[in-house]
Amino acid sequence: MNAITKNPKATLQSFEARFDTITDQTRKAALGALHRVGLPDRRVEEWKYTGLRFLTETPFAAPAQTYDAAQVQAELDRLGVTHGPAEALPRLVFVNGLYSAEFSRKPASAEVSFFAQTKSFGVQACPDRDPLTALNTTLAQDGVTLSVPENGDAGHVLLISIGQADAPVSFHPRHAVALAEGAKLSLTCIQAGQGRYLHNPVLEVSVAARAELQHVTVQAESDDAASLATLYAQVDEHGSYNSFVLGLGAALARHEVHATLAASHAQVHVNGAQRLRARQHGDLTSVITHAAPDCISRQTVRNVLDGQSRGVFQGKVLVERIAQKTDGYQMNQALLLSEQAEIDAKPELEIYADDVKCSHGATVGALDEDQMFYLRSRGVPYAEARQILIHAFLEEALALIPDETARALCSHIMAQRFPVSGEEA
Amino acid sequence: MPAVTETREAVEKLGQSSYKWGFETEIDMDLAPKGLNEDTIRLISARKEEPEWLLEWRLSAYRAWLTMAEPKWAKVSYPPIDYQDLHYYAAPKKKPGPKSLEEVDPELLRTYEKLGIPLHEQALLAGVELPEGEVARTPVAVDAVFDSVSVVTTFRKTLEEAGVIFCPISEAVKDHPELVRKYLGTVVPAGDNFYAALNSAVFTDGSFVYVPKGVRCPMELSTYFRINARNTGQFERTLIVVEDGAYVSYLEGCTAPMRDENQLHAAVVELVAMEDASIKYSTVQNWYPGDENGRGGIYNFVTKRGACRGARSKISWTQVETGSAITWKYPSCILQGEGSVGEFYSVAVTNNHQQADTGTKMIHIGRNTRSTIIAKTISAGQSDSTYRGLVRVLPKASGARNFTQCDSLLIGDQCGAHTVPYIENRNMAARIEHEATTSKISEDQLFYCRQRGLSEEDAVGLIVNGFCRDVLKELPMEFAVEAQKLLQISLEGSVG
Repeated sequence: MNAITKNPKATLQSFEARFDTITDQTRKAALGALHRVGLPDRRVEEWKYTGLRFLTETPFAAPAQTYDAAQVQAELDRLGVTHGPAEALPRLVFVNGLYSAEFSRKPASAEVSFFAQTKSFGVQACPDRDPLTALNTTLAQDGVTLSVPENGDAGHVLLISIGQADAPVSFHPRHAVALAEGAKLSLTCIQAGQGRYLHNPVLEVSVAARAELQHVTVQAESDDAASLATLYAQVDEHGSYNSFVLGLGAALARHEVHATLAASHAQVHVNGAQRLRARQHGDLTSVITHAAPDCISRQTVRNVLDGQSRGVFQGKVLVERIAQKTDGYQMNQALLLSEQAEIDAKPELEIYADDVKCSHGATVGALDEDQMFYLRSRGVPYAEARQILIHAFLEEALALIPDETARALCSHIMAQRFPVSGEEA
Repeated sequence: MPAVTETREAVEKLGQSSYKWGFETEIDMDLAPKGLNEDTIRLISARKEEPEWLLEWRLSAYRAWLTMAEPKWAKVSYPPIDYQDLHYYAAPKKKPGPKSLEEVDPELLRTYEKLGIPLHEQALLAGVELPEGEVARTPVAVDAVFDSVSVVTTFRKTLEEAGVIFCPISEAVKDHPELVRKYLGTVVPAGDNFYAALNSAVFTDGSFVYVPKGVRCPMELSTYFRINARNTGQFERTLIVVEDGAYVSYLEGCTAPMRDENQLHAAVVELVAMEDASIKYSTVQNWYPGDENGRGGIYNFVTKRGACRGARSKISWTQVETGSAITWKYPSCILQGEGSVGEFYSVAVTNNHQQADTGTKMIHIGRNTRSTIIAKTISAGQSDSTYRGLVRVLPKASGARNFTQCDSLLIGDQCGAHTVPYIENRNMAARIEHEATTSKISEDQLFYCRQRGLSEEDAVGLIVNGFCRDVLKELPMEFAVEAQKLLQISLEGSVG
């Protein structure tokens, strides 16, 4: 993780104007780390396939305190959270990284507090190691902390981020979710917006013993935006963290997960799917650390890449010496729909315990010609046949989302982006 | 498996620790002073009576090397190497050729004996001048590299009749300059990477093979590499060129004497396969791995690369890596020709404190190119072993196909096994499949063997050999036998 940028300060120029006012010790330390190494470039192994030139091209201002309410409303309507089964759900809405009480409805069975008031930086995030977390720590203004008490069931909660940018802005929300022993929560994060902005959230998840968190993230940001999210999760004994990320939007996106199985019989699922087109760049990176024996990790990721898009998958499973009887499985599959699309995959196993069962697989290919032929020979038009096969490919991944409402939201937002009729032949 | 007891006995007979081939030959050496600078390179070039263009090439490599940093991305750790504290040239002192084996330096003969080289072959290796017309009988041609300088090359006559050139590269520079100049550095350029640049600047010797059009090389070609003098880095350079429709199988076997200080070894191997040509390159690497506490051992930083230039050409790498304290090695194939084929079969075994970071690169450039990667990694003791491989499909490689399988076996709870594949695809009409597993030896298999009366060590040996079967079966027969024994020696002491 040694960034070797020759002039680290130069890469941070886009944010420089906002660094002067920083006084807080934690922020100062994070800024120091940033100044030492700068933003990572491609020579840093973890950033081999994803460049951050986007961030150095234009200066990003801090977002304004006010926003266009009508546009937020339209955005929420479009995302399908103001009608249908999602309508009744409690939701926390952030506009440009700042909490909007007007559009939110706090959950009844979970404690809610805000970063703007508490300024808590959590314990898992590593600004020293992860430069984007350092950037977040330096500039975070708001965020939510959701706590579910012992054996409580907080039901399904939506956490929505809307970006609005006439001129380039960046927002760096700092969220946290804490489930006490035996607690339950289903959390769906939806990210969308308009204009050119950088959304750089950090989310810290802690799942105590026997607690269960289902977490779905739908990234449908503006086509001109960058979405660079880092997520830290720690799961305790018999706890379960079941996550799914759907990557659809943004010009440049990276969803980075650091999940640690901290006590025996814990479970994590870090599943995901990406569907990209045009010149989009989508990166799903994860590090799953087995730090205790008898834990299970599962990962299934599917990519569909069209146009000149580029998909990146980096998945590391680290099994520490103590983590005997680990069961780890990882699968990454990609479907290339165009001559110019590209997939870069790096599934990685790092194993220090001998009594383990770990495997990973990766496949890359085009649409199956036999399957196409089968459909065409039964009179299905080309575009539709293609659509059916793409849908089937992604559906297998989406089926891994246990919460029905969350799954329906995923399908709805994806269908909006990729209407069947609008698909090019 | 009785082989274990046999080898055990053999080891005990040597009165050494578990390294079977740990011995040092004391013969007169001709050393260049320590350190690396343009003068050292001029000295090497002058000693070898090289033409001007080669000296220039060496110097340009040296200048490129000066601007490069040692790569740090591999999962290995070792104290910093002082490149100025090494001898870059060591050659046995030249004497007129002995007339019979009795005249040969007995130390040298003992070395060959311990290596298990048959007697009549030893005579050839030691440079005994055979009476006119006599042809040796072994069907393996040997080019022995005894610290940097090829002592002698056998079977050259038989090969010459077939039109095959097999000689030390320093001789090839003199006898076939047009061939060497045409191909040297075209697969691994002088400034390719830190170690390759170093090698290009200071390489002392190595093998050169040229197989002309349509010739199937009549025998397996073989090189025994040994590192001998204290503190000499060894920098061989191998160049194999196979013309249209020709075939060659090349074996590289390595053993090194035991010593305390770490030794640097940075070889470069370049393969060129033209239309319909086929090259099979097999390696058994058994250099001194250091002792049980991780003291000593060879640093093996090798660049091996083959270019499938012609249509339907094929390059197949097979390696059994059991030795060296540190291995950094990625035999690669550049699949340029339409329908060309690259293969990589590897067994890497690490024990005690060994570290290995090895794998392959398959670069698909041409249409309908195919590659297969089978890598078996076995870690025991406190060692770390990493498979690192790249499969890259470029936009023009329609119909490219890759299959990769990496399996790791862990023996004991103090070792590590890692898999780091890189898959980069820029062609929608390519198909890539990758699978990897990591596990320990199955309790069921062990129980089955133990229940039938095998000792735990024998059972593990049997299971490990089964685990590696897919790779071992790719080796030429005589190598396969040696490799099986090596696997067991390497894992001795790791069970129970």
